[in-house]
Amino acid sequence: MTEKPLIRIKNLNVEFPLGRTLFGKPPMLRAVNDVSLDIMPGQFFGLVGESGSGKTTLGRAILRAVPISSGKITFDDAEVCYDVGSLLKKDLKNYRKLSQLIFQDPYAALSPRMTVRDIIAEPLEVMGLTQTREETDERVREMATKCRLNLEHLRRFPHAFSGGQRQRISIARTLVCNPNFVVADESVAALDVSIQADILNLLRSLQDELGITFLFISHDLSVVAHICDHVAVMYLGTLVESAPTRKLFDNPSHPYTKALLSAIPSLDPDDSGKAQKLEGEIPSPVNPPPGCRFHTRCPLVEDRCRNEVPLWRELSEGHSVACTFAK
Amino acid sequence: MTLLTVKNLNLKFDTDEGRITAVENVSFEINAGEVLGLVGESGSGKTVTAKSLMRLNPSNAVYSSESGIHLDLESGVVEVLSLKSSRELEIVRGGAISMIFQEPMASFAPAITIGNQMVEQLLIHTSLSKRECSELSVEMLERVGIDEAGKRFYQYAFELSGGMRQRAMIAMALSTKPKLLIADEPTTALDVTIQAQVLDLMKDLVSEFGMAILFITHDLGVIAQVADRVAVMYLGGIVESGPVREVLKSPAHPYTRGLINALPKLDSLDEPLTPIPGDIPSPLERPTGCVFHTRCPEVLADRCDSSVPQRIILGHGHSASCFAIDSKEKTA
Repeated sequence: MTEKPLIRIKNLNVEFPLGRTLFGKPPMLRAVNDVSLDIMPGQFFGLVGESGSGKTTLGRAILRAVPISSGKITFDDAEVCYDVGSLLKKDLKNYRKLSQLIFQDPYAALSPRMTVRDIIAEPLEVMGLTQTREETDERVREMATKCRLNLEHLRRFPHAFSGGQRQRISIARTLVCNPNFVVADESVAALDVSIQADILNLLRSLQDELGITFLFISHDLSVVAHICDHVAVMYLGTLVESAPTRKLFDNPSHPYTKALLSAIPSLDPDDSGKAQKLEGEIPSPVNPPPGCRFHTRCPLVEDRCRNEVPLWRELSEGHSVACTFAK
Repeated sequence: MTLLTVKNLNLKFDTDEGRITAVENVSFEINAGEVLGLVGESGSGKTVTAKSLMRLNPSNAVYSSESGIHLDLESGVVEVLSLKSSRELEIVRGGAISMIFQEPMASFAPAITIGNQMVEQLLIHTSLSKRECSELSVEMLERVGIDEAGKRFYQYAFELSGGMRQRAMIAMALSTKPKLLIADEPTTALDVTIQAQVLDLMKDLVSEFGMAILFITHDLGVIAQVADRVAVMYLGGIVESGPVREVLKSPAHPYTRGLINALPKLDSLDEPLTPIPGDIPSPLERPTGCVFHTRCPEVLADRCDSSVPQRIILGHGHSASCFAIDSKEKTA
């Protein structure tokens, strides 16, 4: 491929200490374990997994919102090239302009004491992107229109808005500083289905219009299937499968991906009972199982899975999987 | 046999901003051994309706005089809305009706062991001795698939994982052998693989204990998998109800159709998602006429915004409240 990835992650590990000890090192919780992936410019990249799979931590590590223990994250648009893990003051500030986050809960993410205009204008003022108040207002109005907000509403406070409108305000605030890369962490999970579809369509059209690269984190495979170009599945801190959306849903290769897909309740009442069910629950990341991390719940488990870590290998172009049995 | 009949339930809340209508003219029945699904978005009045069955709504709730909730037990018919003392209310609070809540961490007391909480309610609702209560509790924990139930009995809620807590909650709700179980979004906080396990467990338990379930959720997929009949709620009223198969395969009300179309489906990845236009109106600005007319794609001029549509029977217990159906049938 000739195109260079915007984000390149190589063998990333993120660890958190569990409490403190007087002597020696405290036990570590490895939230992200040896993850490598590439996100191409203009891609809508989906990251799926259950709670505790490390998907949020990975998203935050890319934004340098959690410390990186080892491994390398490279951010490379045509103008600048950053090693995200070792950014210092000035470059880090610039990186914060280029990469942004949309939060999950639109009720908690907006300050109740600020008007919508002030909320959207705050990043511009903090980062010093505009010189005059008129210029700020201009940018705020432009972005509000793009996010289909009523300009009359800019003077109101967030409590006057419903969940869907709040999420649109939150998106406008994220995009007002023209970022290249946006992490959307469970951005539709708190919304009702009728509103959720609206926000998904908005994100998609904003991406077409502004050419932003999205990392879309979600636990809901059917949402990811509809909006993303490429999907990566995480389990207990590791990547288990990564493929272009269509390939992944037509031909899921990792047993965990298969189980996740079949666990989605079908709308057809006659469709029940043929789902492949997983036994047990996700183990604690404090002492993850040895070998393949999924072996405690895997229907295909064999002796070798308990001892060796399966290799990350490519099945076909862009479709990689970490399972010995995948074909 | 009809176990529970809700007739013309009207419920308003007295607040500083005036009287807010939460539930309007809701009527439904649940038969013994049946799973009735109640679907709707946030603010549609599902939880408030369910809580009325146990009289758990706060004291500013006002039930209108024509509202009626009858519970048909072997010992006679209970008029739930006319129960007064807390002693009388015990029959619907944990006796004949039990409830499972959405967030299992919030519904267990954090400083009392799981076992003590289970025993406490058994001592209130049954005539068993303390020892028998403990034995029954451990047995129930085993039945819902909790490993090492004897050990879990002495643990606190924070020591259990999310799925396990929800199983313990189910065990606790079922140990008094209720006739009706109210499950309020029991799987919303769980991961999909765990959700599938819990739904399977609930289906098994229905056939084993022969109780009825009122299953509240916003997820139509979950309804399709567990419920026998479904009622769709919007802004405090039931807009459509009927057997699950018919409602999901040939939805009659525009809101039900909108909900189904807004759902991302795995078998049609290329089809664009169609959201329902607009936002859910605030309960303070309740639309006149049909409450859905502000967002309805099939709105009829001069009609939907002024008069309230009546329930139209479409056959086989399937009914919907919409003027558009009426006019379609007349033209056909």
